Amino acid sequence: MSSYSVTEPSGRQKWFAGSLVVLYAVITLLPLLWIIGTGFKSPEDAIAYPPKLIFEPTVEGYVNLFTTRTRVPEDQLKALGEPTTWYDKLVRKEGVVITGASRFAERFYNSVIIGFGSTVLCIVLGTAAAYAFSRFKVPLKDDLLFFILSTRMMPPIAVAIPIVLMFRSLGLSDTHAGMILLYTAVNLSLSVWLLKGFIDEIPIEYEEAALIDGYTRFQAFYKVVLPQAVTGIASTAIFCLIFAWNEYAFAVLLTSGNAQTAPPFIPTIIGVSGQDWPAVAAGATIFLVPVMVFTILLRKHLLRGITFGAVRK
Amino acid sequence: MLHSSIDRVASATPPAIAARVRGLSDRAIAWLFVAPSIVLLLAINIFPLIWTIRLSFTNFRVNRPNAPIEFVGLRNYLNILTDNDIWQSMQATAHFLIWTIVLQVLIGFSLAYLINKKFRGNDLWTTIIVLPMMLSPAVVGNFWTFLYQPQIGLFNYVVGFLTGNDPSSFSMIASTSLAPWAIVIVDTWMWTPFVMLICLAGLRSIPSSIYEAAECDRASKWRQFWTITIPMVLPFLMLAVLFRGIENFKMFDLVVQLTGGGPGSITELTSINLKRAAFEQWRTGYASAYAVILFVTVFGLASIYVKALNKVKQR
Repeated sequence: MSSYSVTEPSGRQKWFAGSLVVLYAVITLLPLLWIIGTGFKSPEDAIAYPPKLIFEPTVEGYVNLFTTRTRVPEDQLKALGEPTTWYDKLVRKEGVVITGASRFAERFYNSVIIGFGSTVLCIVLGTAAAYAFSRFKVPLKDDLLFFILSTRMMPPIAVAIPIVLMFRSLGLSDTHAGMILLYTAVNLSLSVWLLKGFIDEIPIEYEEAALIDGYTRFQAFYKVVLPQAVTGIASTAIFCLIFAWNEYAFAVLLTSGNAQTAPPFIPTIIGVSGQDWPAVAAGATIFLVPVMVFTILLRKHLLRGITFGAVRK
Repeated sequence: MLHSSIDRVASATPPAIAARVRGLSDRAIAWLFVAPSIVLLLAINIFPLIWTIRLSFTNFRVNRPNAPIEFVGLRNYLNILTDNDIWQSMQATAHFLIWTIVLQVLIGFSLAYLINKKFRGNDLWTTIIVLPMMLSPAVVGNFWTFLYQPQIGLFNYVVGFLTGNDPSSFSMIASTSLAPWAIVIVDTWMWTPFVMLICLAGLRSIPSSIYEAAECDRASKWRQFWTITIPMVLPFLMLAVLFRGIENFKMFDLVVQLTGGGPGSITELTSINLKRAAFEQWRTGYASAYAVILFVTVFGLASIYVKALNKVKQR
């Protein structure tokens, strides 16, 4: 950055480059904004032609997402009397009554439990392994590291059959514990590789000083190395969380009801006639927002995270 | 946390052993730290893989656990390699792979090149561009079926508006000629930022002194681009292609939700085809052989590619 006087682009070049990038960003953003917008449309507005840019916002989609409803004939509807709550009122307009809660909240809860559970496990195992790979002479180090990386190349479906059989015989199928273990294994390669990169950057002299002061290896590890690695651990954790959060293939193959996460659920939200798009969009929005926030927080470490630290920015 | 558990172990064990736990050698600590990860990966990756290989030589079916398991040798493999449907999904996968990589490299590199001009606010726009790849492919794929709806879908409407066609006259996911492109478009939308980020890292790694020297030698901008920029970014670009290649070879969630392999089986990529054989037709042995073939293919291609990558790096 210091002296690029010769290569510094001119003002016109910057303006040209900037406007092209902004154009692309706007195109990228459109589908996302459309998802968020559709979540606040009424079912009629969602399928209007031409697509509506300006509409009266409603939370009907969100109500539909969290409830199950049935259509009731006119006379029965009258017999029910006035709707008592605002959400009852909202669905009553369509001639529909709320009959119960949908399974979205449950699925979302599963996503949270499995996502965070596997992330914690991944970080604990990954930090230990990364520390050992970074600091000690582990026999067959390069081979082990490559082995860890190669586990990521397998298509999930390729190992799904025996995992189904294995989980069934261990009583782990369709359980939180099973899915946490599975996602930990899936993300462990990322966790070890990333954390090794971060720990490599902490000067070894700090630990040596601690060891000379009479700390044991463990004390040096958790009193000296861990505090220095906190940013690295945090960004690794968020990457593990995002991958577990978004995973679909294993969730759809290995879970059926009890431990199913949100990604297989959202596409199955059906309304009175076909897919209930405002509800789907509402579910997608609730599900996407945390990831969007993390992405913005993470942007400095983004590149490392998605490339296993193979490229450093 | 680790320390306290070690303390607990130490206080619960007789003095002699406690002393040994406290004073573990570095080598023992290394093993203690690495072992849990290796054990987990062996249990949930390698063991199932070996099991898959074993099943691939049998006629086992998961939905008939009591039927006798026969070893059929290489029959499953022969059946797969002579099956037209499978060659068709290989073709669909190849089409998907080639076009997504070509488009993502072209657009991704151009974007990185432009962002590297350091205009005002580029950090903000870069973050926006990066958003799609952090989202759930299944959820995104499902929503894109809405965007692709004839008439009411945003995509059809915009394309119709720009080209002057009637937006209800074409359906990206119901037409055999357009469906393969429908998945290419969504994948490019999602993953171009990935290639862009890596190219950007490559561009930023080039020391500006090289350009200054070239400037002194009166090399034209065009020449500088081809003799400095491209060769210096190439290893990064190849790495991006490797990662995208592996990911798209395994592509499942996005396409399952977007087209479900249809219409017909025109977008049935290998992993969708494999899922069908394994979890809809329950031909476990056959599907296992298929899985092994796919794994060997991706592993083989990746190894050859990494060798080429290392050669480029050494230059």
